[in-house]
Amino acid sequence: MNTDAILSFEEAMEKYDPVLGFEVHVELNTRTKMFSSAPNVFGDEPNTNVNEVDLGMPGVLPVVNKTAVESSIKIGLALNCKIAESCRFARKNYFYPDTPKNFQTSQYDEPIAYDGYLDIELSDGTVFRVEIERAHMEEDAGKLTHMGGATGRIHGADFSLVDYNRAGVPLVEIVTKPIEGAGSRAPELAKAYVAAIREIVKNLGVSDARMERGNVRCDANVSLRPHGRERFGIRSETKNVNSLRAVEHAVRYEIQRHAAVLDAGNPVVQETRHWHEDTRTTTSGRPKSDADDYRYFPEPDLVPVVPSREWVEELRATLPEPPAARRKRLQGDWGYSDLEFRDVVNAGVMDEIEETIAAGASASIARKWWMGEIVGRAKAADVDPGQLGVQPATIVELAGMVEDGKINNKMASQVLDGVLAGEGSPAEIVEKRGLAVVSDDGPLLEAIDAALAAQPGVADKIRNGKVQAVGAIVGGVMKATRGQADAGRVRELILEKLGVTV
Amino acid sequence: MTETNELIRLSAAALAEKLAAGEVTSVEATQAYLDRIAEVDGGERGINAFLHVNAEEALAVAAEVDAIRAAGGAEAEALHILAGVPIAVKDLIVTIGQPTTAGSKILEGWHSPYDATVVERLRAAKMPILGKTNLDEFAMGSSTEHSAYGPTRNPWDLDRIPGGSGGGSAAAVAAFEAPLALGTDTGGSIRQPGAVTGTVGVKPTYGSVSRYGAIAMASSLDQIGPVSRTVLDSALLHQVIGGHDPRDSTSLPDPLADLVAAAKTGNVEGLRIGIIKELHGEGYQAGVENRFRDALELLKEAGAEIVEVSCPNFQYALGAYYLIMPSEASSNLAKFDGVRYGLRVLPEEGPMTIERVMGATRAAGFGDEVKRRIILGTYALSAGYYDAYYGSAQKVRTLVQRDFEAAFTVADVLISPTAPTTAFPLGEKLDDPMAMYLNDVATIPANLAGVPGLSLPGGLADEDGLPVGIQLLAPAKEDARLYRVGAVLESLLEAKWGGPLLQSAPDLAAAVAGPVETLVGSQEAK
Repeated sequence: MNTDAILSFEEAMEKYDPVLGFEVHVELNTRTKMFSSAPNVFGDEPNTNVNEVDLGMPGVLPVVNKTAVESSIKIGLALNCKIAESCRFARKNYFYPDTPKNFQTSQYDEPIAYDGYLDIELSDGTVFRVEIERAHMEEDAGKLTHMGGATGRIHGADFSLVDYNRAGVPLVEIVTKPIEGAGSRAPELAKAYVAAIREIVKNLGVSDARMERGNVRCDANVSLRPHGRERFGIRSETKNVNSLRAVEHAVRYEIQRHAAVLDAGNPVVQETRHWHEDTRTTTSGRPKSDADDYRYFPEPDLVPVVPSREWVEELRATLPEPPAARRKRLQGDWGYSDLEFRDVVNAGVMDEIEETIAAGASASIARKWWMGEIVGRAKAADVDPGQLGVQPATIVELAGMVEDGKINNKMASQVLDGVLAGEGSPAEIVEKRGLAVVSDDGPLLEAIDAALAAQPGVADKIRNGKVQAVGAIVGGVMKATRGQADAGRVRELILEKLGVTV
Repeated sequence: MTETNELIRLSAAALAEKLAAGEVTSVEATQAYLDRIAEVDGGERGINAFLHVNAEEALAVAAEVDAIRAAGGAEAEALHILAGVPIAVKDLIVTIGQPTTAGSKILEGWHSPYDATVVERLRAAKMPILGKTNLDEFAMGSSTEHSAYGPTRNPWDLDRIPGGSGGGSAAAVAAFEAPLALGTDTGGSIRQPGAVTGTVGVKPTYGSVSRYGAIAMASSLDQIGPVSRTVLDSALLHQVIGGHDPRDSTSLPDPLADLVAAAKTGNVEGLRIGIIKELHGEGYQAGVENRFRDALELLKEAGAEIVEVSCPNFQYALGAYYLIMPSEASSNLAKFDGVRYGLRVLPEEGPMTIERVMGATRAAGFGDEVKRRIILGTYALSAGYYDAYYGSAQKVRTLVQRDFEAAFTVADVLISPTAPTTAFPLGEKLDDPMAMYLNDVATIPANLAGVPGLSLPGGLADEDGLPVGIQLLAPAKEDARLYRVGAVLESLLEAKWGGPLLQSAPDLAAAVAGPVETLVGSQEAK
């Protein structure tokens, strides 16, 4: 239930200046966990990818995963960060059953990467620089499932189940400095920032980067201050916002909510907020004060991580091209106009188009399908286009069928609906729905006879050489066959029947 | 003296020789020790060194070694020198097939699903494991009175403490219930029990023995080490358990020098041995001081150069230790919450929330000394106090390390009494934690600095006839020096005494069977 008052976004913007901050958690796709040799695999039977270290058994010790350190350095470099010459892990102490040791091993005052930035391109081409405070390594907690309550939250639940498969999965937490000056672009910037992080870690190959699986999770900090004031307002932290659209909506909503609180003359409560995708609102989580005491101290079971400068430079040399350069290259390769390409980027389907082209489609076909067919459906379903689950191979298959004349564009669109509805592959759906373009001449000839009979005057005109009149007959045949006929073939047959050669 | 009596009194090295020569079988030796345990360990005035006796598995391993020896050939040739020599393991070290309690109710009945690295190495050497030895709960104490399973008695005087936390391992070896044992030493838990029971105990260089599978008290201080009746025996065991372990990030990559060879060097000529000015004299029992002087005299006669060194920051070591150790312990012991293993206690009334179940479990499962240190450590790490307590303690730690560095520029080995007093009566210091903590004043600096230390018997104090320990300290990774000097001093002392010190210990079988006097129980007993 949410009863918070909100101001309209426009009014909020008139009165206040938003300051943002993001903590993005990236799950690394290493083979094993951050500190143990247990497999790092998503979706397995609960509590199977665990060993004595993950379960915090008495006597166990952690060992740092070298690949995770390597991935973290790559992320740091891609975010234009400095890489620490030596850094340590610390223990963050708190009791919670998803944390097997009752402390989380995390970097604290000595992150592996710090002082970076990321240039974010907004939809109109404006570039906004987001300063990166740090990117540090830590381990994920287990997953709690609360049973019996109405809300699925711990409050009101009868009992909770713990799955430690995720406990110890390597994470890199990327923390921005306060982001000032975004103004009314704040929600858009939020989305673009998280999209950029996702793109970077995906291109680096260090994370599967699937937000719906929690590979990339965003905590969004929002505060407002009256225009012209330097001091920041009190912030809220909306936790685990797990899609790009949700990031945009959550920031927008929190701006509106804060504005209403401030307008009413009340102080904003410093707290965490839960995001609700269904209502596009947030609700109060737990109070979060700066006095939260996690009793951090250096993890005595680990030695400092000391990445040699040679290693860092080796890794720098392996980095893929930065996103901006990549965009430039792709636009050139695909031959899209500036406007076309920006639309593709803003729609969030650049990666998908790249994959579709790699699967065998032409650049224009790929764009036509994603921009013309899929983006609209995603919008209607209120999800990101990538989340609809359209495979590049499906598009290649559909486009091939159209090109071969098996189906026409209208049918292909229906077949796509069938694919999305889970009815099978395009070929299966064409078969099942009997959608094939009618190319058997028998039924066509019958339809042609009927159309000619219905418009004898037109038939005569054609016989007399007025070939362009054939369109009217073709139209009649197409209507009779509910669009399933191959219009080109129909035209041929009519002319043949009337003895006209062209 | 019966044959069994002779067998159990052999040093591990001597037993190993007889096993190799076929003069005795491992089953005979193992059974002799199991019989001894049955004779002296149980009952109201028993030693109570063992929390679990592992007879079946120990005899099976012994039989396997005997069969290999009997068959001869390459496999027999390849047997480790200590194959078939039984050993006891402190119950802080996890073992498959036996319970591991850490001396705490919170782990009562828990069986580890994995072996500690040192246990794997004992198994690889085919050493029969006799059982698990008693300790102060989670190794927190200097008397073994803080065990949730009752105190261990000192074989020299059943109404006195055997030291702690490793009183069980030291008493087992002193009472001839085992020729060897494993201990752990965080602030003196191997060396101080060694001192008060007339046995040898070594805290190796930090990182030279894997900690994987030793239930952590204070990770930056804990170290597993050997407990034995002779210096050479400790060297033999140290070589079994030592060496790099990829599962322990603090494990040193390179092996130590040959420790057994060092124990057999046989001379100390020209070695500079440094008396630490701050670790004797005032606050040390007169009999302890006298035996310490005797040891210096013998070493001097043997050609060592005795020098005096000052380590002015050692006076702050105890204070720093009692901030760092509880800080780490408060975090290390957080995992005992009733969620995944061990004791789970449900609150008697009120809502059954996870916080309350954790609270009820920890309230019921931990003893007072453990709670005291968790509270102390939690406080020391708290925001606003961290710099003043944990932070300052770390600075002292650095200063202690520098004192050692300076001292080792003028001395090759340092020497001090191991503990300021001989064994005190059970119950005497239970209500006075400060007095109890002061017992570790001479052993703690080595843990703070990570340097190795060895305690060996220095004789009996004049005033009470109880054993006095002499401590040797060496620079990090120079554990070999301890064995070289320790073995020489041991042989000089034994020549003076006419045999091992333990030979003058009272007849235990008669004592434990004797009348029950006023029992002084542990505060958490039964």
